[in-house]
Amino acid sequence: MSETLRVSVWRGGADGAFRHYEVPRHASQTVLDVVTHIQRRIDPTLAYRFACRVGMCGSCAMTVNGTPRWTCRTHVDAVAAGGALQIGPLRNLPLIRDLVTDMREFFDKWARARGRFEGERTRRDDFARVEPGSPRRELAEAGIECIGCGVCYSACDVVAWNRDYLGPAALNRAWTLANDARDVAGAERLRAVAGDAGCHACHTHMSCSERCPKRISPTAGISGLKRASAAAALRGEL
Amino acid sequence: MSARAETLLWAAQRASAAVLALCVAAHLATVIYAVRGGLSAAEILGRTRGEPGWLVFYVVFVLAVAVHAPIGLRAVCAEWLGWRGRSRDIALLAFAVLLGWTGVRAAIGVFA
Repeated sequence: MSETLRVSVWRGGADGAFRHYEVPRHASQTVLDVVTHIQRRIDPTLAYRFACRVGMCGSCAMTVNGTPRWTCRTHVDAVAAGGALQIGPLRNLPLIRDLVTDMREFFDKWARARGRFEGERTRRDDFARVEPGSPRRELAEAGIECIGCGVCYSACDVVAWNRDYLGPAALNRAWTLANDARDVAGAERLRAVAGDAGCHACHTHMSCSERCPKRISPTAGISGLKRASAAAALRGEL
Repeated sequence: MSARAETLLWAAQRASAAVLALCVAAHLATVIYAVRGGLSAAEILGRTRGEPGWLVFYVVFVLAVAVHAPIGLRAVCAEWLGWRGRSRDIALLAFAVLLGWTGVRAAIGVFA
């Protein structure tokens, strides 16, 4: 292991460039540690986002050596081939500055996909009883741990080709709600996620499933939405 | 186009793909049989003419192509050319009719 990492970090806006830094290498060092070192010890003007540092909040995703990753849980040893790192902002999102992207369109698309739970019970009703091993609950369980980091959105080629496409995270969220026995927005949500800007635009490249740090498969959820909306369309409910 | 129409187009493309999987396999097997057997064009036509089974098979085949290919091109037009909207859909509908018409003509040609 060399003593120093050669790090290129994107600086500036969309017309910016990579700037080079030398960062001391340590055992168990994460990519977020490297970015933090640059900001605190070398160049305090570097802009980046993080919060929890333990893989829960989903705010530190960046493009590391060409691949979107959560940087707080990405060890330098796993990605720095030859002691070199190239760190850039997430792809497919407008760049604000340096490593900070504008996440508004990402979360606006969750709203467009009706990614909000819509129930009908009140506080006076009894609890809904959902069998943990029931098929629908297991389908919801498979996608429920999404932390909204944007890695899948950045990895998706369809997002790059079709700016209206809702993207893997919003569709995964819609699929978990479609399988929530308590949710009542079924047909309206399918209407929101069907069509050329929704699940039917997915080409099943599976980049989202390959890159998801939580090992969720949005592709599987999107396939479920395709089947569910096709069945609803054939029944005349869409 | 409405979400329902786009969903039905997707379902039509999947259904036509399933038909094509069978038709392409049967067509390739037929081609390989004809070539390996050294059949001439006249001998092939001698076997297909007047056989309604071949007519039905190839009409189904070309109609599945006429459904499948334009729907696939619809996404290609949008993603690679940025061509969306009504003009694209009308052009692709015309392409579907062209594929279906020329295909059915060819199928009738080996039957009649």
